[in-house]
Amino acid sequence: MAAITSDVQVEVRRPRRSVIIGVLLVVWVAAYFLLSGIDTLPLGGQETTGFHRWLTENRDFVGQGNVFFDAIRTAVDHLVVLLQDLVSRPSFGRPVPVVGWLGVVAISAYLAWAFGNWKVALLTAAGLAFVGLQGLWQESMDTLALTIAAVLLSLLVAIPLGIWAGLSNRAFKVATLILDLMQTLPTFVYLAPLTLFFAIGPAAATIATLIYAAPPAVRLTAHAIRSVPPESVEASRSLGSTRGQTLTKVLLPMSRSTVVVGINQTIMAALSMVTVAALIDAPGLGQTVLKALQTLDVGVAFNAGLAIVVIAIVLDRVTTAAGDRPWRTASVRRKVVLGAGAIGVLVAVWFSRTYVWAAEFPSEVGIGSRIAVITADVTAWVQDVFGGFTYGVRDAVTKGVLNPLEALLTGSPWWLVGAVVVTLAAILGRWKAAVPAVVCIGLLVATGVWQDSMITLASTLLATVVVVAVGLALGVWAGRNRRVDLAIRPILDAGQTMPPFVYLVPFLALFGTSRFTAIAAAVVYAVPVTTKIVADGIKAVPVATVEAANSVGSSNWQVISKVQLPVARRAITLAVNQGLIYVLAMVVVGGLVGAGALGYDVAAGFAQSELYGKGLAAGLAIVLLGVLLDRITQAAAPKPHGKGDKQ
Amino acid sequence: MTAQLEYPEIDDDNALLSIQGLWKVFGPKAQRVPRRPELASLDRAALAAKTGCTAAVRDLSFNVAPGEVFVVMGLSGSGKSTLVRCLTRLIEPTAGSLIFEGEDLRAADEKRLRALRRSKFSMVFQHFGLLPHRKVIDNVSYGLEVRGESKPDRRRRAQEVIDLVGLAGNEHKYPEQLSGGMQQRVGLARALANDPDVLLFDEPFSALDPLIRREMQNEVVRLHREVGKTMVFVTHDLSEALKLGDRILLMRDGAAIQLGTGDELVGAPADDYVRDFVRDVPRADVLTLRWIARSPRDGEPLDGPELGPDTLVREATRLVLASDRPVKVVDGGQLLGVIGDEEILAVVADPADSHWTARPSDAQPSDRPAF
Repeated sequence: MAAITSDVQVEVRRPRRSVIIGVLLVVWVAAYFLLSGIDTLPLGGQETTGFHRWLTENRDFVGQGNVFFDAIRTAVDHLVVLLQDLVSRPSFGRPVPVVGWLGVVAISAYLAWAFGNWKVALLTAAGLAFVGLQGLWQESMDTLALTIAAVLLSLLVAIPLGIWAGLSNRAFKVATLILDLMQTLPTFVYLAPLTLFFAIGPAAATIATLIYAAPPAVRLTAHAIRSVPPESVEASRSLGSTRGQTLTKVLLPMSRSTVVVGINQTIMAALSMVTVAALIDAPGLGQTVLKALQTLDVGVAFNAGLAIVVIAIVLDRVTTAAGDRPWRTASVRRKVVLGAGAIGVLVAVWFSRTYVWAAEFPSEVGIGSRIAVITADVTAWVQDVFGGFTYGVRDAVTKGVLNPLEALLTGSPWWLVGAVVVTLAAILGRWKAAVPAVVCIGLLVATGVWQDSMITLASTLLATVVVVAVGLALGVWAGRNRRVDLAIRPILDAGQTMPPFVYLVPFLALFGTSRFTAIAAAVVYAVPVTTKIVADGIKAVPVATVEAANSVGSSNWQVISKVQLPVARRAITLAVNQGLIYVLAMVVVGGLVGAGALGYDVAAGFAQSELYGKGLAAGLAIVLLGVLLDRITQAAAPKPHGKGDKQ
Repeated sequence: MTAQLEYPEIDDDNALLSIQGLWKVFGPKAQRVPRRPELASLDRAALAAKTGCTAAVRDLSFNVAPGEVFVVMGLSGSGKSTLVRCLTRLIEPTAGSLIFEGEDLRAADEKRLRALRRSKFSMVFQHFGLLPHRKVIDNVSYGLEVRGESKPDRRRRAQEVIDLVGLAGNEHKYPEQLSGGMQQRVGLARALANDPDVLLFDEPFSALDPLIRREMQNEVVRLHREVGKTMVFVTHDLSEALKLGDRILLMRDGAAIQLGTGDELVGAPADDYVRDFVRDVPRADVLTLRWIARSPRDGEPLDGPELGPDTLVREATRLVLASDRPVKVVDGGQLLGVIGDEEILAVVADPADSHWTARPSDAQPSDRPAF
């Protein structure tokens, strides 16, 4: 009986909810025509508020000079410098690094082989040789050194935390809360506050990377520990194991492959963050991209971006292969061959310390400049041929959709927008969403960058609509068709590992500097993750359910709309949520290329010391927008069914 | 069905394991439920509504004799798996006492409990609970490893039990390379490797195919005969319970409904629930002559063939029907009663037992049109 009545309720409530939202939006538009221009809280580019000036004046208050932060900075700096000494720069009184390129290639390939297989070892050697040939050896090694430092520190923190969260329910809850927040923050945001504590340079970059890269490892370690079958743990306990024995002999070995997936994600995240950290003067390939971006040198930017992608692919494939390695212990033959390989590596390292040709990557064969020239030519050609078309698309979308939306958001009084957002949150998620919405709106007004926030929000909303539409279509297609899935997975993976602002380069060429460029880049950046989550959700629909639907003669469309999408509803909500967050992050980065608004405010805060406070406030506003959007989409997610029926 | 079976109740003195007033309540402030009579007497739904708690095991008391196969039976959710875990405190009981060989298990500290688990108890799990990253032999010797035995010792002992359960030749395979039945043999071997006094089985064969299940049941019967361990065996399968159990505890909603031998459950069900439960059992395979013997009528000839009281009805059917006079049931020279054709037929073709009358293959032979 109870089940029947609750079904009826859902049937009645759903259409009503959408009607209410429709009415709300109509009322808003009507009110806009009456009230536009009142209380819009504008703030010019160089204008600041008292709060901003206060932040600027107190920038040294907590930062440099504080013993605690200085100690951390020194320790992290030393680690990074040590790694740089090893592989990337002249050190210990020699004109070359401790280990030359031959040694690095040999060691990397050997590790890839030992932990993975010979295929990824070949890939590693080829990938490193390629970036060397691009003329980017030293930059690549800097990036690698920074990545390794950040990954080591991340894992040092993340794995124990993950184990703890895996073993204790309370720790798991707290960790989930904090990790949600950490991952909600767009990467670009905490760079600014961190420089306040750790000064500009490798230390702040490493710590920012740690914050960004640690969550996946914590999450997956905890998840792995928690998903060890309870019977195996019970079996171990029933035989009288101590806690330590159960942990080391059962839980950890059985979590190994999932933990490696976490490490893989941490490495990928670290690599992408290390390049973004170029904004706060981190060395490496990110610098090259950033400099090229500032001079609009598409060719050089693409060359460096390509190197990042190559390194990302190598790291990804090696760690994936390491995770896929079966449980079996190595055979005697493999041990012998591995031993022989180790001797080969030592020889290569010795060469790289003895001969200049093996220490410094030969520069005669540079293919980097050729790549840069070709890219520049292609870009120019594309601009010539498609320029009219792409500019046309840009102008149509900007005038037809973006401008009205932006006008609605920025032209309405702040309290009207606030009221609409809070009402929307209340409809979707009751007080659980409404309360955070009230808090976020209030704080957004307090930051003093309300209007810039609304401009950013307009771009974010538009891009998210496109992302969700494309992501749903692709995700359903890939979820239903294995071959499509196999075909687009690598593309999606590449799309996700590419550092965010590499995207901007080709879009700059196609669309010039504009808000639309950032939107287009954001769409491309966010579609992979949305598609992946939707596809996984569709694939997780039980085969029997789909077969049952087919057996009563449903058409494909009916199966999709009546079975697969409703069953995968939670995954789809998650996809929308993640899509929003990714879009927001990219729209903010787009502030660098003329999208203006919050992203520009933050960038200006780096560049002009008198705008520092405003930049910080804008960073805060980004976080608030992120939390607001995250809470509303999370609250709109359907509750799990049958709660309380089963333990 | 008049003759009540005299089975000696096992008293606390010669019991290996003695359980008194055992409770396991899940939920907020679970402690209060067994303590307060007005809560303890509520049924499952009322208790959940009033306190948010679920009583998985409620007020169980029983003794397990040395060498006995004690079966705990019930449908899913009846609390039987929780009960078996409470016995070694894998799940901490909420109230009650657990006495093992005169020692109060509930008073044992973590260290003592570990020592007991390492040497006195072992458990076999429904989904095997094997460690996928270890070879068969390392799975089997896991218990020896955690109690700190040297590698050669545990290898030797593991090899012994591997041979005992019929796994020889598979020592260096990984669990995933074995079939379900073989995996459960590994689980069995692992439990035996410690040489425990008590083996606990938690629905060990539920996940197996019927044929493999029967094979494994026979294996347990054989092992019980060879190693003579005390076993507590949880199952939801009545035929398995009847086949293996010396005594059976039938549980429902955490409470005991009936405790007795297989023929007691079938012959004298405690209530309608039990009667319903055992309805489909072929009674002739379970009941003995003791259950159907009646006092001789006046003038009945008492020179028919003699049979013992523990003979199964099925075994006696042919003889009774062939004999032209009532068969005498004799125990130690004393006449317990007689059995005629109608008593036998009442069991073999019990009209109250729908299983026998309603079977279509009996009513209509195979000339039914195929569809």
